[in-house]
Amino acid sequence: MNIHEYQAKEILSEYGVKIAEGGIAYSVEEAVQRAREIEGDVWVVKAQIHSGARGKAGGIKVCKTHAEVQVAAEELLGKVLVTHQSGAAGKLCSRVYIEAGTKIEKEIYLSFLIDRSTERVIMVGSAQGGMEIETLAQTQPEAIIKIYIEPAVGLQDFQARKMAFALGLDSSLLNHAVKTIKGCYRALRDLDANILEINPLVVTANNEIIALDAKMAFDENALYRRHKIAELRDNSQVDPREVAAAEVGLSYVGLDGDIGCMINGAGLAMATMDMIKLAGGEPANFLDVGGGASAERTEKAFRLVLADKNVKAMLVNIFAGINRCDWIAEGVVQAVKNIGMQVPLVVRLSGTNVEEGRKIIADSGMKIITADTLAEAAEKVVAARNQVVAQKG
Amino acid sequence: MTILIDEKTRIIVQGFTGKIGTFHAQEMIEYGSNVVGGVTPGKGGQTHLGLPVFNTVKEAVQQAGAEASIVFVPPAFAADSIMEAADAGIRYCVAITDGIPTQDMMTVKNFLRRFPKEERMMLTGPNCAGTISPGRSMLGIMPGHIYVRGNVGVVGRSGTLGYEAADQMRALGIGISTSVGIGGDPIIGSSHLDVLEKLEQDPETKVALMIGEIGGPMEVDAGIFFKENMTKPLVAYIAGLTAPEGRRMGHAGAIISSAGESAAEKVALLKELGVIISPTPSLMGQTVAQVLAKM
Repeated sequence: MNIHEYQAKEILSEYGVKIAEGGIAYSVEEAVQRAREIEGDVWVVKAQIHSGARGKAGGIKVCKTHAEVQVAAEELLGKVLVTHQSGAAGKLCSRVYIEAGTKIEKEIYLSFLIDRSTERVIMVGSAQGGMEIETLAQTQPEAIIKIYIEPAVGLQDFQARKMAFALGLDSSLLNHAVKTIKGCYRALRDLDANILEINPLVVTANNEIIALDAKMAFDENALYRRHKIAELRDNSQVDPREVAAAEVGLSYVGLDGDIGCMINGAGLAMATMDMIKLAGGEPANFLDVGGGASAERTEKAFRLVLADKNVKAMLVNIFAGINRCDWIAEGVVQAVKNIGMQVPLVVRLSGTNVEEGRKIIADSGMKIITADTLAEAAEKVVAARNQVVAQKG
Repeated sequence: MTILIDEKTRIIVQGFTGKIGTFHAQEMIEYGSNVVGGVTPGKGGQTHLGLPVFNTVKEAVQQAGAEASIVFVPPAFAADSIMEAADAGIRYCVAITDGIPTQDMMTVKNFLRRFPKEERMMLTGPNCAGTISPGRSMLGIMPGHIYVRGNVGVVGRSGTLGYEAADQMRALGIGISTSVGIGGDPIIGSSHLDVLEKLEQDPETKVALMIGEIGGPMEVDAGIFFKENMTKPLVAYIAGLTAPEGRRMGHAGAIISSAGESAAEKVALLKELGVIISPTPSLMGQTVAQVLAKM
């Protein structure tokens, strides 16, 4: 689960990381009010969206007067920002963060994340922070410093010092740097974050270390024990279909194609989408109905898939293990009846009680196309989709 | 003797008396697995499904001779149960539980590493379908009847895609020596490589099938192991050839990920290493059949 920059900064500040003075605003009036409360003669108005690369997309505006803050807030609030990390649909900006301007001497990159292959937290730093960090990682890998942290003992001072020196920080800043680095690590471990990224971490003209940006993402599986973090969820930043799916315990990701899918198991779902593409089609979604697909759950999954108006044909591919094909078949028939389905449907059932399941589909009198194998299912659904397009065309 | 479990392997169920534990314990017993009891703290001394319930895994090891365990304990308590099994001297543990926090698994792996290698419990999962040696023992939640005994060893992340492979092979008259689900979570007990190491040593396995996915270096690591250490042919399918690039926040993930983590890159690297690729998920069975025919 992602959170906003201002929320991450609030958390980090509790862990001893310095941030610039700032405040959140949901309206233009609030934005100007926040700027009035913050001393100085430069303010930065920052769009709060769950995406990186906001700067290049015009989501960060430097203002020299309160009038400029007003114009910036007017421009950003209510706007959908498309960045190269947000996906084509972009993210709606419904709050802006007003922050005191900072005189930057040096920009640094610092992040912490759980590394799957070493099964440890890895601390990543670079003396050259900013937006081109990924290019740097490829062209000058030696400019990226990686330090692995032993889970049992945690981040040690010497490791924090090693990072501080590698980042080229002045000795006068050493203690502050160690405090900042250790604070970040503790925030990640204490709160079950998967990723914490500060880009840039800056040294100011006053020789202070400040987190100028902050991104944190949390482990969904651990939210049950992190109630305060769970409250930071902002569903306006998530595809509404994914929100609706999560509410009924389904895993859904919207895509750009027109063949709707309902599959059990993430691996089989990915494989089925591969087959659809190989057959010349484009999946409209990824939908994993999981293990216990009851009739009620099946109908909810159908409604979710068909809520996407691009869907021109739908494929159900279930390999019943704990499930039984006859239960699934009953759920499918009921869903088709209740919804009054308009697009062609291809159903492929396999596994436990497959014969009974197929019989229920065949006897239903519904216009359901059946398939025995994965390849046949993919070919049939693409053919059905093409027929729909040809008839409309 | 198969690699991880056989008809004699003495199995206990952790989370035995719960609804899910009960259902799958019954299925395993019906399949012929040698389930000798279960553990539910606080319910020790009771009898469930005609078998003894123990308070601790240690008691189950001492009194029932438990060697392997299967974990159905809810996510918040599952890591603790896995560590208890390792501490009690269980040899092989399958964690079925889905939804264990990543940092809990980091703790589990760190705990396991403290044992000398020869005393270390093998763990597969979490979030997997388990392990089956067809006709002998099922330590998992898969539909046992689609698995036929034979000489192909299977390792994969995904449950249902593993069923798909087993079913395709069964339709072609090909059987399985052992099939291991390693699970889909970020941090898991055993990798593809760990299981291939076992399959290479298994006299009953002639061919290995690896079912992989996009992301992470695990499949390519297994491919390198294959090239350097394996005498048996390895067939692989990598799911997600058409998966779109994920949305993301920030750069951290991209910086530490090595090149070659997309499905297409993985397939190319595996081919170079001599792994035989099943180009589509519907050809897993046929690709294995072709390899077997040449042997």
